[in-house]
Amino acid sequence: MSTATPTRQPVTATAVGTRKRRPLLLDLYGTAVGKKYAMAISGIAMMGFVMFHMLGNTKMYLGAAELDGYAEFLKKLLYPLAPKESVLWILRVSLLGMLALHLHAAWSLTVLNRHARPVRYQSARDYQEASLASRSMRLSGIVVVMFMVWHLLDLTFGVVNTIGTEGEYVRSEVYANVVRSFERWPVALFYVVANLLLGLHLAHGAWSIFQSLGWNNPRFNAWRVAFARGFAAIVVIGNISFPIAVTVGIVSV
Amino acid sequence: MTMLQDRPTDTKLISKVPDGALADKWDNFKANAKLVNPSNKRKFKIIVVGTGLAGASAAASLAELGYRVDAFTFHDSPRRAHSIAAQGGINAAKNYQGDGDSVSRLFTDTIKGGDFRSREGNVYRLAQVSVNIIDQMVAQGVPFAREYGGLLDNRSFGGAQVSRTFYARGQTGQQLLLGAYQQLSRQIGLGGVRLFNRCELVDIVVIDGRAAGIVTRDLLTGELTSHAAHAVVLATGGYGNAYYLSTNAMNCNVTAAWRAHQRGAYFANPCYTQIHPTCIPQADETQSKLTLMSESLRNDGRVWVPKNFDENRAAHEIPEQDRDYFLERLYPAYGNLAPRDISSRAAKRLVDKGLGVGPLKNGVYLDFAEAIGRLGRPVVEERYGNLFEMYERIAGENPYDQPMRIYPATHYTMGGLWVDYELQTTIPGLYAAGEANFSDHGTNRLGASALMQGLADGYFVLPYTISNGLAPLLNKTVPGTDHPEFKRVETEAKVRFQGYLNVKGTRSPDYFHRELGKLIWDYCGMERDRNGLEKALTEIPALYSEFKTDLRVTGTGEGINQTLEKAGRVDDFFQLGTLMCKDALTREESAGGHFRVEYQTEEGEAVRDDENFCHVAAWEWTGDENNATRHEEQLTFETAQLATRSYK
Amino acid sequence: MTHSVSNLTLKVWRQNGPADKGQFETHVIESITDEASFLEMLDVLNERLIGENKEAIVFDHDCREGICGTCSLMINGQAHGPQRGSTTCQLHMRSFKDDDTIVIEPWRANAFPIIKDLMVDRAAFDRIVESGGFITSPTGGAPDANLIPVPKPVADAAMDAAACIGCGACVAACPNSAANLFVGAKITHLNLLPQGQAERYKRAEAMVDKMDEHFGSCTNHGECSAACPKEISLDVIALMNKDYRSAKFKNRKQLSRK
Repeated sequence: MSTATPTRQPVTATAVGTRKRRPLLLDLYGTAVGKKYAMAISGIAMMGFVMFHMLGNTKMYLGAAELDGYAEFLKKLLYPLAPKESVLWILRVSLLGMLALHLHAAWSLTVLNRHARPVRYQSARDYQEASLASRSMRLSGIVVVMFMVWHLLDLTFGVVNTIGTEGEYVRSEVYANVVRSFERWPVALFYVVANLLLGLHLAHGAWSIFQSLGWNNPRFNAWRVAFARGFAAIVVIGNISFPIAVTVGIVSV
Repeated sequence: MTMLQDRPTDTKLISKVPDGALADKWDNFKANAKLVNPSNKRKFKIIVVGTGLAGASAAASLAELGYRVDAFTFHDSPRRAHSIAAQGGINAAKNYQGDGDSVSRLFTDTIKGGDFRSREGNVYRLAQVSVNIIDQMVAQGVPFAREYGGLLDNRSFGGAQVSRTFYARGQTGQQLLLGAYQQLSRQIGLGGVRLFNRCELVDIVVIDGRAAGIVTRDLLTGELTSHAAHAVVLATGGYGNAYYLSTNAMNCNVTAAWRAHQRGAYFANPCYTQIHPTCIPQADETQSKLTLMSESLRNDGRVWVPKNFDENRAAHEIPEQDRDYFLERLYPAYGNLAPRDISSRAAKRLVDKGLGVGPLKNGVYLDFAEAIGRLGRPVVEERYGNLFEMYERIAGENPYDQPMRIYPATHYTMGGLWVDYELQTTIPGLYAAGEANFSDHGTNRLGASALMQGLADGYFVLPYTISNGLAPLLNKTVPGTDHPEFKRVETEAKVRFQGYLNVKGTRSPDYFHRELGKLIWDYCGMERDRNGLEKALTEIPALYSEFKTDLRVTGTGEGINQTLEKAGRVDDFFQLGTLMCKDALTREESAGGHFRVEYQTEEGEAVRDDENFCHVAAWEWTGDENNATRHEEQLTFETAQLATRSYK
Repeated sequence: MTHSVSNLTLKVWRQNGPADKGQFETHVIESITDEASFLEMLDVLNERLIGENKEAIVFDHDCREGICGTCSLMINGQAHGPQRGSTTCQLHMRSFKDDDTIVIEPWRANAFPIIKDLMVDRAAFDRIVESGGFITSPTGGAPDANLIPVPKPVADAAMDAAACIGCGACVAACPNSAANLFVGAKITHLNLLPQGQAERYKRAEAMVDKMDEHFGSCTNHGECSAACPKEISLDVIALMNKDYRSAKFKNRKQLSRK
């Protein structure tokens, strides 16, 4: 390789120059560390959602009236102070916003990370600490999103659930809709698999939140992983209990 | 005071130590030194070669003052310099422990430790500025060890009766270097320093008797480039790698100092090399370097060898009556804590006799069985746990179960480029700092003093003395790189490197380095004698001519070629090795790290000859490494009392 | 007593410059003493290559006692090889068995371009330090060292972080080539100390912003800490994240005071 090599220039004045400042949040979101805050904060919001979603659904074990009543309660949150369904919509829109933020940050960080190692290792890696959960965040996340779409089509819009009590989807009959849906075993199986992946996602994600936001204290560091795993386990066990309960006949119409 | 023979100091070797009482000399210098006005400083360009403690601190400080600085390192980053490997600590006469320390005590300890072969004025200044170094490094964020109250902790070190050593775990050198590196980085970021990394100095350019600049080789492209400046600082470390096996890093070399020597800088006391007694012995022929284990291990370990020549049993199977605790036997008063040089030589004699231990019979045992029995394993673990772990990692043996094996190794060189009080070599405009110069440690450096000297030179001496040297040059033109001399030197370097490639012999540079190292170690190592040195002075040139005819360097001169880099360095080591032996041969006395077998007491203590050798030997290059001219700078002691070094 | 390891198959990455494609080259080491370090094994191989009139394998190395941070190498899929808490130069051949195959690759990251064979350019680390990894304290102006007491636990924690040798194993091991452990360590070292407070937030902001120009993002795998020769804890990343957030607010506040 004896073609003329250009003279290397010395290194100097690498820290000179003024930074341009964007509005605070944009500025923060502009870096990878900032995007991780966004992932963490949106993650916390969605963790809250999945936990309450699961807890609310356990009403199923108390019978149709309880579950349907709970659904009605959600619509009347803060009513009559606020109009019916208004709070629910605020929550829905916020959650969608959080999801969008989570997805955008995840997507742009993935692009950044791909760019950070354009040529991969040519031999097999021998990972030491990276877990199945941490390494499958992208996959588990994508499956969970696809599941959510199905879940909404199934139980919120009824597009793929046409067998309510009267043989057609009735929105307010939450209990019946759920049971009818889960009586189809492939659907039940899909729910179980998707929730296991959600658990995997949470087991890493819920721990990562602490790191990303810098919530770190040697006194409780050992509990961070335990919290994440416990949280994931509770959500998963709760969620998969529903299709299983329907499949084995504990819960039925 | 001992009468000194009235011998003349060479005219070039004027030390320029300022007048006045010892304690006032540095102040007097500063009061009278010429200054450069702040707005004029940017008119001066200063080259700093090397980015270890001395180089990085000098480059950063000079840039802060406003000089334009070009810093050169052959590493990828300034942070890699070998200052980073120092473990123990850094001395300073802070007297934070209130145990009787003072500037003059640090001065006395250093002069005495160096066996009265260093310059009083320089050493006193070193002790004075040691105090500022600690302030400076703490301000920069060096995480020195602390007491529970938050104040700085100190430990004691060899050769001193006070605790004046500041430390950061076993990584003091690393932390200090990172401090200096960070300050240098700040200046690079701000544009005060231009950094040339992976760039090796291959020659110095002297025009009209003054250093005009340097020629470097870009290690990535092989390109040779000239750089002109008003002053050049060499902070390029020591030459311990002349021995091939030493505790130095693989890339440490003498090239910068040697090239300066060939261009007219005198090389002082090359035979002053320091041996450290507790290193892990060579394990096999592939070994590339030696690792030092902290000397503190000797506080609890017992040193011994088997009594029988044909001993084959494992250490723990050898009964007490078949063991020779030779340090306890030979030096009952000190036992295992006998001074570095004494215990090193005792070990060497037994190993030479064939009583060494280990697979290659090249070490002695350092046994903790008794300490573990007396103190219990937890205490031993607390004191030495990290060292035991490090030993196990390298030697593959567990020191809790079987004794460590240790052997002395080269780890520091007190000799170096001759410099005056201003750290200027015999070439005006060329300065040398840190281990690269010879100035402060005499024949033997005290533990924890190398870091001190590097930082003293870089932070607190050079910024003053360089200004003093540059002031008269204001608004005078100095030669630029278009001067024909630069081109001539560049061509010379090109021819030299092409020459290595052209030999096309059969042996690699490493082979020659290894063989050369063995010769220097055998004849100019821990013990020297006339016969050996004379032998070395015929064997080294013979090997050198083999080097010139049988060297093989593969690859080309363009692009990165580590074999070629190595060839250039080994070439210079050959010439230096010759000079080391010559210096050792002509210094007919024993002092500190220079031990001539012919000059010792019955107990094996060094016998100094103050009558004839109370001087610095500074060698002048004459164009042929076998015929250097010896000059002398007489040392006078006005304050310290010339006495026999005794640790009784 | 000395043993030797025999019949090692080495697959070494050779690449003749940044633009070259590069490929593995196979060498067989018939026998080597298990006392040899990994780099000494490469020395032996290089001697052999020179003997065969071939170019020696280029790799970075210097102190060979685990402190300078010059050596690198991805060995069998692990940065610095299979031994935890140590650099490649401290890895010895006793960690391998007869007939093993050892795959040696350079570290790969966009920020660490390959120079030749196994040597990479880690200058991006220097750029980050230049952006703010220091305490501004010009020579000569420092107050007495004991004027600023530092609680021992704080000094110890700062030292834990300061132990970083800048080798780049964290980046090499990270599935995302993130440098958060390196940058976090430097920020933690300086930001914990009282001396570092004046520039605390400026430092965090400048260094993180500079890091972003070169490296990927942290996804909390923990590979960096596992590969780190100095076993620096992931805690330093958390501290960096916290200080970066505070920096975004506090720096604005400070600037608006002007």
